[in-house]
Amino acid sequence: MKLSIPGRIFRAFIIIVTGLYLLGPLYGMLDFSTKPLGLEGGRTLRAWTAIGKNPDVISSLIASFSIAIVVMLLIFLLVVPTVIWVHLKLPAFRRPMELICLLPLAIPAIVIVVGIAPLYRWISINVTESPVTLSGVYAMLILPYTYRSLSAALDLVDIATLAEAARTLGASTMRTIFGVVMPTIRSGIMSGVVISIALVLGEFTISALLAFDTLQVVIYLLGRQDGKIAVAVALSALLFVFAILFAIPTTKRQRVILDADVA
Amino acid sequence: MTQSQIARAGSSTGTGSRFWRNKKDYLGVIPFLVFTGLFLLWPTVNVVYGAFFTEEGEFSLDYIVNTIQEEAHWIPFLNTLKISFWTSIVGGLIGALFAWAISTGKPDGIGRRFVMATGGVLAQFGGVMLAFAFFATFGFNGFVTTFALKFSDTNFLASPAWLYGLFGLGVVYTFFQIPLMFIVFLPAVENLKPQWSEASQSLGGSSKDYWFRIGFPVLFPSFLGGVLLLFVNAFSAYATAAALISQGTIITPLDIGSALSSETGGASAPLAKTLSLYMVAVVVIVMALYSLLRKRVSKWENTK
Repeated sequence: MKLSIPGRIFRAFIIIVTGLYLLGPLYGMLDFSTKPLGLEGGRTLRAWTAIGKNPDVISSLIASFSIAIVVMLLIFLLVVPTVIWVHLKLPAFRRPMELICLLPLAIPAIVIVVGIAPLYRWISINVTESPVTLSGVYAMLILPYTYRSLSAALDLVDIATLAEAARTLGASTMRTIFGVVMPTIRSGIMSGVVISIALVLGEFTISALLAFDTLQVVIYLLGRQDGKIAVAVALSALLFVFAILFAIPTTKRQRVILDADVA
Repeated sequence: MTQSQIARAGSSTGTGSRFWRNKKDYLGVIPFLVFTGLFLLWPTVNVVYGAFFTEEGEFSLDYIVNTIQEEAHWIPFLNTLKISFWTSIVGGLIGALFAWAISTGKPDGIGRRFVMATGGVLAQFGGVMLAFAFFATFGFNGFVTTFALKFSDTNFLASPAWLYGLFGLGVVYTFFQIPLMFIVFLPAVENLKPQWSEASQSLGGSSKDYWFRIGFPVLFPSFLGGVLLLFVNAFSAYATAAALISQGTIITPLDIGSALSSETGGASAPLAKTLSLYMVAVVVIVMALYSLLRKRVSKWENTK
């Protein structure tokens, strides 16, 4: 579509104004985190170099990345095989499965906390106090995104014929699911994984109210002691997630994020 | 359709009676059902069910009926509805315009890639960090505030108190609503066929005719759908508000948070569950409207 001159001006106006509004606060973070402590001018990297020396930040990063790894394992070993299984063997169960997987969209995180608090109280008394247990509930939060990117990927290939071929060649059911079908839909699985890393690193509501020190909770608490370090950590986390989103090709990412509509 | 038929035919070629085969197939979903049962279904039931019982475990409608009538709870609830409404409208309009502006550019350029990734980060990943970004910009030592102070002590931006109330919260919410609308709406504007504007032009229509008679009517359902998603998004948000507002429960998620945490001394499970039930009710209504709209939109999209 060719734009007229007023159309072009309008378009440039929108992009500049919205762009400034969206990028302004990010610049604000950079500006704020490099300000020296007192009222003197100039720039300092104090807050940025302090990130690596802060034990709370380090331990929360370890916690959040461990959670992300366990969530990925849950996706690989539980969610993906079950979705494939249902596609292959239990077509009647597809609809109930879809409803379960999309349920988290209708339940705000704050509501899930209310419902799940007794379970985590029990776990922390009887099993372990490790934040890695959060992987259970995080895997649920990610379920709608994983499910949609998986079922979109599964609809694109004729996995029934594929599974049949594998069986004719003597593959077991396990081998068929893990060795044949899963590699075929790896792009769908990968987009699920990317969104889960982003979600785990950005989650605050559940971990804060269940009193686990994940990355976001530590950023929040740091904000009360040393705002500049907190802002520096927050900006690096934003840049990290930007980098992994930037790495996947546009059309696919568009679908991933679109699937993630009501996070 | 054919796929599932093939799958069925495939599974019936094995040994054993068909009946038992099918029953055994259900064993495969048990681990998944146990897991989701524990971490998703049980908590959901727990909330819905718990709202109907007192702390002593007796059935009662008192909480459901009375909570919303108490000023301490209906004002935050109304605030939540208000902030979700306004930020979804404003964010929706700006986000939709932004989507249109971006859609007229190159579809596979590096710029598009940059905008999409930035939009994804800001829309999905915000929470505490966005609140901090606003502290760093409009807060007491923020660069906009410092800049505004150079002109006068009394202008709006020079005193950052506005940031810590409902209005400030709305501004921060809009900040993540715009990129979300952009992401959700971009496919819709990209779906506008150039042939339509050419057809309108060759029939003698101006660009105003094109937009008012073709563009807007075609885009309207998608726009409304996007706005509903934005509404749910703002309605459910907790982290941003928790980080921005340290005292008071001006919106329902904060209200639930304080009903839940024992630090305030007033930890009440039935109250938290009742407020949660109110929230779920609103979200379910909005999502139902959304799925009705989606049906309309996909009917339209399938005719391409």
